[in-house]
Amino acid sequence: MQLTSDRFKQQAQKALVDAQLQRALLNVEKGFIGKRQMAADALPEFEALRDNARDIKNHTLAHLDLYLEAYEKKVTEAGGIVHWAENAEDARRIVLDICRKAGTKTVNKGKSMITEEIDLNDYLAANGITPVETDLGEYIIQLRGEHPSHIIAPAVHLNKEQVEGDFRRVHTHLAEARDLSEPAALLSEAREVLRKQYFEAKVGITGANFLIAETGSSVIVTNEGNGDLTQTLADVHVVVASIEKMVPTLEDTAQILRLLARSATGQDMSCYTTYSTGPRREGDPDGPKEYHVVLLDNGRSSMLGTEYQEMLRCIRCGACMNHCPVYQSVGGHAYGSVYPGPMGAVLTPSLNGIEKTGQLPNASTFCGRCEAVCPMRIPLPKMMRHWREREFEKHLTPATARYGLKLWAFFAKRPKLYRLAVSFGIPALSALGGTKHRFRALPFAGGWTRHRDLPAPEGRTFQQQWQQREALKQNVDQKRAA
Amino acid sequence: MSARDSILTKIRQVNVAGSDDTARKQAVAARLSDSPRGIVPARGQLPDSERRALFEAMAQKFAATISSVADYSDIPRAVSGYLREHNLPADIRIGDDERLAKAGWDKERTLEIRHGASDGGDMTAVSHALAGIAETGTVALASGTDNPTTLNFLPEHHIVVLKASDIDGDLESIWDRLREKFGKGQMPRALNLVTGPSRSGDIEQKILLGAHGPRALHLIIVDE
Ligand code: SF4
Repeated sequence: MQLTSDRFKQQAQKALVDAQLQRALLNVEKGFIGKRQMAADALPEFEALRDNARDIKNHTLAHLDLYLEAYEKKVTEAGGIVHWAENAEDARRIVLDICRKAGTKTVNKGKSMITEEIDLNDYLAANGITPVETDLGEYIIQLRGEHPSHIIAPAVHLNKEQVEGDFRRVHTHLAEARDLSEPAALLSEAREVLRKQYFEAKVGITGANFLIAETGSSVIVTNEGNGDLTQTLADVHVVVASIEKMVPTLEDTAQILRLLARSATGQDMSCYTTYSTGPRREGDPDGPKEYHVVLLDNGRSSMLGTEYQEMLRCIRCGACMNHCPVYQSVGGHAYGSVYPGPMGAVLTPSLNGIEKTGQLPNASTFCGRCEAVCPMRIPLPKMMRHWREREFEKHLTPATARYGLKLWAFFAKRPKLYRLAVSFGIPALSALGGTKHRFRALPFAGGWTRHRDLPAPEGRTFQQQWQQREALKQNVDQKRAA
Repeated sequence: MSARDSILTKIRQVNVAGSDDTARKQAVAARLSDSPRGIVPARGQLPDSERRALFEAMAQKFAATISSVADYSDIPRAVSGYLREHNLPADIRIGDDERLAKAGWDKERTLEIRHGASDGGDMTAVSHALAGIAETGTVALASGTDNPTTLNFLPEHHIVVLKASDIDGDLESIWDRLREKFGKGQMPRALNLVTGPSRSGDIEQKILLGAHGPRALHLIIVDE
C-alpha cells in the first residue's frame, strides 16, 4: 500500500469527525478489552507465561542463524522447499514464479499481514493472477479496495450496512430481494460465494504464526477455517513468513499459544491451530502436492542488535492497538501504514525509515497500556521514544515543536529562571481557564483543543508543592526525633 | 551472494559478535533435543474423571456438543441419531481409521458411507481424534488416509470420535503422543487442533458460528 504516515495528523482529524467510523470503533472496546481481561484472569499462570514467552523469543533471536538453518533442513527433509527473500521485491517474484509454474489464474489467500507488507495482491494482479482473500474481513475489504485497519480484525472500521452495500454491489448473481440485514446472513453469503473459489485456485497462500526448527513445521492460528481450506485444497501451498516467526520446538509454540488467543480475542484457544509439515505424503488422500516457504527478511536482520530488536518478539496479537486510546479514537487507516497502532508505530519506521513515518511514534499519549497488555512484554513506549529521539536528531520534527523544546531546555537548565517564569505563568493560565478550569481553545495548541478541552493548571506549581511537602516532612521528622 | 547467505551473514554479524560460537551451537542442539516444557498450567493436571469433566466443560464453552457411548459398536447408532436429530441426510464421509471401520456400520442399514477425502459435497463427516486436550476442550487430528484433513473442514457437521482414555490434561501431552507415534522431530503432514465449530467476528465483532469450516462440531466420547 501507499505509505501515507506523513499525513497522520490530517488523516486522524478526518477520522475523528467520521461518524460511521466512530460508531464502528466502539466495537474495538466491546469486542476485545473485557474478553482479554477475563481470559487472562482465568489462567493463573498467565503472567509467568508472558515472562517465559519473552525468554523463548530472546533465546531464539540470539541464535536465529542456527535455528533458521535447522528449520530449513527439516523442511527439506519433509519434501518442502525453502526460498530466501531479502526484501519485498524478491518475495513477490518468488511467489509469482511458483504461481506461473503451477499454471494458475487465481490464488486463494488465508489472512496474512506479511503479504500486505510486501504488497503481494497488487503485484499478482498486475501480472495477470487474481488473488482472492478468503478470510471474511479480508474478503470484505478486498471488495472495497481497502487495506486492513487492524492486524487481526481487518474490517473493524466498518458497520454491517456498509458490508451489505458491498455484497449487493458485487454479488449480482444473487436475488436482489434477499435479506442481508443481519451479520449472520452476510456471513452465510460470503461462505457460499467463497466455497466454489476454494476448488478453483491451484495455489493457496498463507502466512505463519510460527515456524518450528525442531520439525520444519509452519503453524497458522485461525477461527474461520478459511486458511485451512486454502492450504489443504490447493495443489501448491505457499507459506510467506518473516524470519522472526521462528521458535525452537513444539513446546515453545504451546507456551506462546496460551498467550496468543487470550491476548487477541480472549479465547483460551483459537478454533483452528494447524501445524503443516511438507507436502502430501505417499498414499495421502488430500493436502497440497507442493509445499513452499518464502522466508522473508525485509529489514528484520537490521533490527537485530539495535534498540528495536525487542520488536521482533511481536506475535501480532493486536492487544496493543485494542488498548491504545489513540487507535481507539482514530482507527487503523489514519496511521497510513500496513501496521497500525503502537506496534506499527515502532515497526513501520524500522521497515520504511523514520523520514516518512516520524509522525507515528508521536501518535501516542505514552499512557503505557500497550506495554501493560503486550503478551511478549515488548517495551513499546520506550521504543517509540527512541524513534522520537532519532527523529529529533535528524531535525525531522516540525520547527514549532523544536523551538518549543529548545525554549523548555533553556529554562530547564536554569532552575531559578524556570521557577520564576512558571510562578507567573500558572496563576495567569488558571485565571484564563475560567470557572470550569478548562480551555476550549488555546493559542498554539489548536491540535489539542479541537477535539478535547485542556485542563487549566490550578493552584501552585509542582515544584512549589514539592518544596512544601519536603518542608512538612522535615518538620515531622524533627518532631519525631525530638 | 545468495539471498540465503546474505541474510544469514547479517544475522551472524550480530549474533556471533562477542559470544562463543561453540557454546551457541551446543545451546541450540540441546534445546532441540531436550525440548524443555516451560510452564504447564495446573488447570488440566487432574485425576481421570475430573480431567474428562474439564474437557467436556471447555469443549462446550466453545460450542461443541458432546455425547458418550460405552464402546465402539455403539457409534453407528449414535451417529444415525445425530443425523436424525439435525434433519441431516443419512450419509457420511469417513476415512480408513480401523477403530471406526470395526464399529459395524452395516447395523445402520439406511446409512450411506463414503470413504476417502471430501469433495465438498458432504453434509457430515466422522473422524477419529488422536487425543483430546482438557485445558482448552480441544481435539487433535492427524492427517493421512485414516482421517483425511478435508473431513475436518469441508462438511457442515463434523463428528469427532474420541477415546476417553485419550483425553490429556495439556497441549504438551500431544507432543509426547506424536513423538511416540512418528518419532522425535517428525510430524504428520497436518496436525489440526480443533476447538469448537468455525466462527468469525469480522462483522462488527459479533461472534457467529459457521464461518468457512463446519457449522457444528459434535464429539462422541468412547468410554471403553
Ligand atoms: S506488540 Fe505485543 S501487543 Fe502488540 S501485536 Fe505485538 S505482541 Fe501483540
